[in-house]
Amino acid sequence: MNLRRWVQIAATLTTNAWWLTPFGGPVIYGGRLKSFCSPGLNCYSCPAAALSCPIGTLQFMFASLRPSLEVGKVHLGLYVLGFLGTIGALVGRMPCAWLCPFGLFQGLLYRIPSPKLAIPRQLYFLKYVFLALFVVLLPALVLDEFGYGQTWYCKYVCPAGTLEAGLPLLAMQPSLRSMAGWLLAGKLTILALFLAWMVVSKRPFCRTSCPLGAFYSLFNRISVLRLTYDEDKCVRCKACERHCPMGVAFYEAANHQNCIRCLRCMLHSCRYGAIGYEIAGVRGPGMAEGDGPYKDPLRP
Amino acid sequence: MPRRLPYVLLSVFLVLFVLGVTLGEPESVFEKAVAICLSCIGVG
Repeated sequence: MNLRRWVQIAATLTTNAWWLTPFGGPVIYGGRLKSFCSPGLNCYSCPAAALSCPIGTLQFMFASLRPSLEVGKVHLGLYVLGFLGTIGALVGRMPCAWLCPFGLFQGLLYRIPSPKLAIPRQLYFLKYVFLALFVVLLPALVLDEFGYGQTWYCKYVCPAGTLEAGLPLLAMQPSLRSMAGWLLAGKLTILALFLAWMVVSKRPFCRTSCPLGAFYSLFNRISVLRLTYDEDKCVRCKACERHCPMGVAFYEAANHQNCIRCLRCMLHSCRYGAIGYEIAGVRGPGMAEGDGPYKDPLRP
Repeated sequence: MPRRLPYVLLSVFLVLFVLGVTLGEPESVFEKAVAICLSCIGVG
């Protein structure tokens, strides 16, 4: 197991550190850690969740904007936006590769032997539609008689919420099962479709539908940490593209919107030293041609 | 040559973060996150 997998597991266990529910504890964690957002997508109604979901929180802030203003609370989601923007400005989409529990889950599902399918590039823009429409505009603008909006992405789309919170809570709480209807059927269908897609394609949710990934991706080309491409050293062997968990052709677009900075291309794939990194314009040492793939210190 | 834009963005978002904390937003986040979100689980 490589270093990134260990970090992903540690991040998943840290984000989901509440394990007392099956032993008589509260159904979901209610401690102060929930004031903090997770850097990855992780439903805060998951019985194990110790942190808040940034996308769920943002929707809630936008959905309750008008009632909050009416009682004098200026809660515009700056806390969450500032948190996500700081991460994005530092490392772009790196949390998707290293810290997101749902990303880990997708990576594991793709290891199931099956015919593998590419994802049409035309679908990549969907995640921006979900971010703009389902996370920002619809929650803020479509209001009920009391001035409240809905958390559209959580309610109608998010397969992470259905998997991490819906299924466990419905299994543990009979009272919730009695409330299940067409909405749950729709969400279960979306989850089933994504699960099947995750087996045959590399990270389809991250590439097409994750609003958090969409937000981080806006910083990929301008973040403090960026990957660099040396065209003179590249022989177009396409090893980077084959090994990339997001199917990015690095030689076509370094710091592509779907690059999650897992660093596999730089450390494991490129034998020619064509991929390196820079921190705010200062180039790192990178790999020299002929060094061969990087030897992971945690892999024998 | 060192780039300035990442630092400008970093500063802007750090200011937003601090502003959000000052306005008491973490309390709203907490209040939302400690209740079961029926929308998230598909029953509300």
